[in-house]
This record gives sequence, structure tokens and C-alpha cells, in this order.
Amino acid sequence: MSRRTWRRFTDRMMVGVLYAGAVVAVLPLLLILINLVIKGASSLNWAFFTRIPVPAGETGGGVANAIVGSGLIVGVASLVGLPIGIGAGLFCAEYPASRLAKVSRFVADVLNGTPSIVVGVFAWTWIVARQHHFSALAGSAALAMLMIPMVLRTTEEVVRLVPHALREAALALGYPRWRTALAIVARTALPGIVTGSLLSVARIAGETAPLLFTALGSQYLSFNLDQPMAALPLTVFTYATGPYAEWHQMAWATALVLILLVLGLSIAMRIATRRRFTANG
Amino acid sequence: MEATAPSPLPADALPVTIRDRVPTGDRIFRTGLTLAALAVPVLLVFLALELYQGAGPAIHKFGPGFVIHSAWDPVAENFGALPLIFGTLLSSALALLIAVPLSLGVAIFLTEFCPKALRQPVAFMVELLAAIPSVVYGLWGIFVLVPVLKKTLFPFLREVLGFLPFFQGPIYGPSMLSASIILAIMVMPYVMSVSREVLLAVPGSQREAALALGATRWEAVRTAILPYARSGIFGAIILGLGRALGETMAVTMLIGNRHDIAASLFAPGYTMAAVIANEFSEAATDMHFAALAYVALVLFVLTLAVNAGARLLIWRVSGGQGSGRAG
Repeated sequence: MSRRTWRRFTDRMMVGVLYAGAVVAVLPLLLILINLVIKGASSLNWAFFTRIPVPAGETGGGVANAIVGSGLIVGVASLVGLPIGIGAGLFCAEYPASRLAKVSRFVADVLNGTPSIVVGVFAWTWIVARQHHFSALAGSAALAMLMIPMVLRTTEEVVRLVPHALREAALALGYPRWRTALAIVARTALPGIVTGSLLSVARIAGETAPLLFTALGSQYLSFNLDQPMAALPLTVFTYATGPYAEWHQMAWATALVLILLVLGLSIAMRIATRRRFTANG
Repeated sequence: MEATAPSPLPADALPVTIRDRVPTGDRIFRTGLTLAALAVPVLLVFLALELYQGAGPAIHKFGPGFVIHSAWDPVAENFGALPLIFGTLLSSALALLIAVPLSLGVAIFLTEFCPKALRQPVAFMVELLAAIPSVVYGLWGIFVLVPVLKKTLFPFLREVLGFLPFFQGPIYGPSMLSASIILAIMVMPYVMSVSREVLLAVPGSQREAALALGATRWEAVRTAILPYARSGIFGAIILGLGRALGETMAVTMLIGNRHDIAASLFAPGYTMAAVIANEFSEAATDMHFAALAYVALVLFVLTLAVNAGARLLIWRVSGGQGSGRAG
């Protein structure tokens, strides 16, 4: 084989390998989604969303407690995490050269890489160990802690995309700095901030590890944030690792609900962002 | 009167009436944002302190020798993290061994070879993998992936590579190898998307120069593009390592949870994150809690070091863009 054919052959082969690699990389997502639908969809009915779990061995029952629990835990986490995250993100975008902005940005990156189970241990020593009982609130605290660095980074990024001329125009018109920042700059970046916030909500809604020894899980429908509470990811974990076939069935169905929520939110946000960016050119 | 906030406009450029009114609103605004921004480093310090305090009794009793000690006996209150650290490092390394070539291949494919129409959908689908909750990976792993691997890949590996100690012994479903494979799938989107960004940042002139010299497209990638992006890709890999080290639920569900260092990858193992997930809510003694908190502290320090390293690398490659633009 001449050198030239050899080189052409290598080129073709590598392109083929790369195509194959792309197929392999896309495969897991498809397989997971297909399995979830096949194994989970048949259990989804009205009772699944409105009932609470039945004792092991019986069939029927639902995960209403986990749906309510996830909503409450994630809701409280967002109430705490979003304002702090957005505020810190605005600070980093507004005063980018200050030392605090540099430190916060770096720490946010570090926290983003911190395992969620470590944050769970932190919430345990901080709240559960001091109160001497598990509580949904401790779970919310752990989730909020995971949320803040994510929201900080996305907020900062979208706010910095706002053209400098807008800010200068507002300041030139005599707007004070805070009104410029809020009514002009943050207002312009609002769709991006909302997208980032919702993405982080989707991320923490799927977190299990930080809830294991904070919210703990519960078989009953509870609205009391000071008590243990069920959550969708916890329910998936308990049912998946349990010994009963009915539990495994429930685990698939709960996972399907969870993934519909999480992926649905992520996909919707991505489509919304893309449309906005293409609309602006 | 001095304005407190450093503003792109000098404060004295403003009309007198505004200058008098501005500071109050601005000060409130800046104070609020400063508090929010301060919360971030304060939380990190608080987290480190709480972990250190929680681990206190274990640190006192076992000292730094904890990390090279391999007992784990909650009844006798004798704890050591060596098998856990070994399991964490081995599963992450194996995961990267599988994930890095694949994600790098996809990143190269997407930036260099992929038809335009496919580019967005493929990138989107790989990145969606990052949005799937860990516990769902675990569920899928237990009931779909592991039974398949147990019947196909594992016997095949034992047959072909059985002369190596890594592929000997009885085949369990949940094992080091099962956990590593699911971890590989989970870190792939992170490595892929960062490498893709790095590859996109390679100037077009690099490629064009190589092609103009008669290189084939693959040769251009290999000789001009990859060397240029090398350190950024290295950063992406380390970032993936950080993810793999701390991954909890899927690993807990698939690794088999045994405090043991086994040569065979078919044998069950344990990781730091998994032991915390399994034992923390059931720990009976204060020393058991402290030992688990010590494990969390070790894991925290490890991921901290790895992530700081990765950030530093990526930051250096991107020419300090991550550090913020001058105000």
C-alpha cells in the first residue's frame, strides 16, 4: 500500500470510528428513556398520583406523599437558594473586579464540584444533629446550598452578556446605579436568569444523596417541614433497593415521573433559550 | 462627599442633586448584593468547619493514619478508610479510562466531522445525560445494565483477559466494574462539553494551516488541533474526575458495598460516597458518625483539590476569561 493510500485509509477509518463513537455516546440516553417508559408507564394511573404507599406485599398505592414532599422540599430550597444565588451572581457581574467577586466566583466553582453527599453530611451536622431529629427543612438547606453556586454562575454569565451601552445609556440619563442594575441590566437579562434558576431547580429536584439523612423519607403524606418527609428520588432509591417485585415496579414508575419533571424542565428551558438567541441573531 | 461604590463614571460627574440622593439607594443595593456574595465563601468555610467538628472524635482517635488503615468495625469502633479511598480512586480511574476516549471522540466528531444538521441534536442528547438524576442511573443499572453485562461482557472479559488478576474469580452482578461503567456514562457529558468548548476555541487558522500543508482531516486534528487544545482537554478530564469521585447514588446501588480491596474488578467494592450514603442514617455510635464524617471530610478535601486544579488549568487555557472582565 502506498503511503498516500495508507494516509487516506487512516483518515477514513478514524472518521468511521468517530461516527461509531457518537452513536455509542447517544445510546445510553435512548436506552434509559426507552426502559423507563416500557417499565414505568403501565403503572401510571390516577391512584399512583393521589394515593400514598401501601404496606409491602400489597399491590396498588401511589406516591402522592413523595410528589408533595419533593414539591415542598424543593420549593423551600428555592425560596432560600434563588435569592442568594441571584444576588451573589448580580454582585459578581456588577462589581467584577472587586476581591469579593473573585473569591465568590472561585468558591462557587469549588462548591459546584463538591459532592452532594458531603453537603448532606454538612446539613446533618448543622441541623439534624443539633435538633436531634430528621427534618424536611434540613433537606431543603442542603439543596439550597447546592443551588446557590449553580445560580450564581448562570446569573453572572447572562448578566454579563447585556451590552455595556445599555448600562451607560441609563447612567447617562441620570439613573442611579441600583436602578440601572435592576431595571435595565437585570431586566434585560431576566429570561436568562429565569432559565438558569429553573435549570438549577430541575437539577436539585433529582438529588437523592443530600436527602438520605436529612429529609430521610416517610411512608405518610406530611406537610410538616420540621418532620421527616418523602421525596421522589428517595422513593426511587428505597423501592429500587428493596426486595419486592411490586416495589421495583413502583421504582420504575416513580423514576419515570421524576425524569419527566427533570428532563421536561431542562428541555423546555433549552428550547426557550435557543429560540431567544436565534431571535436576536 | 465620596461615593462608596467604584463606578464606571466618576461620582463627581453626576449633577449635584443626584449625587446627594444616590448613595442611599446604591448603598442599600450594594449591601444587599454584598451580603449574598459573602454568603458563598462563608458557607464554604462553615461547611469545612462543620465537617471538621463532626469528624473531631475520629480525627482524635485515628489521626491521619485513618486513610491508610483498612479496618471497618462499627462494633469495636475501629475505623479506617483505605478500602474506601482505594474504591473511590479505582472506580473513578476506570470510569475515566472508558469515558475519556469516548467523550473526546464525540467532541472531535462534533467540532470537526459532524454534518451541521446533526451537530446540535447529538450535543444536546449527550448533554441531556447530565440532567438524568443519579438515582435513575442506579435503577437502570441494577435492573437493565448489570444483568446484561453479567451475561455478555463479563464472561467475555474473563475468557479473553482471564490471565490478568483483574478479570479472575466469580462474577457478581454488582461490582467495581459495573459501578465504573455506569460512572463512565455519567461523567461523559461533562468531559464532552468542556472538551468541545476547548476545541471550538482552537483558532481556525490552525486547522487551515495543517490542511494547506496537505494533511488529511484526521491528520489536521491529530497534529494541529489536539496539541493546541491539550491542556484544556486535560482540564476537562480532571473536571470529570471530580464528578466521578463524588458520585454517590448510582455507585452505591451498583458497587456491591463490601469493605475490601480486591484485585478482581468482578468483585464488589466500596467508595467513600457510598459508605456515607449507606451507613450514615443507621450509625449507632458517636464514633461511627464521626468516622463517617471523617470520610466525608477526606472526600471533600480530595474533590476540592481536584476541582481547584481543573479550574486553574481551564482558566489558564482560556486566557483568564473566567476571572472576570475589568469593571
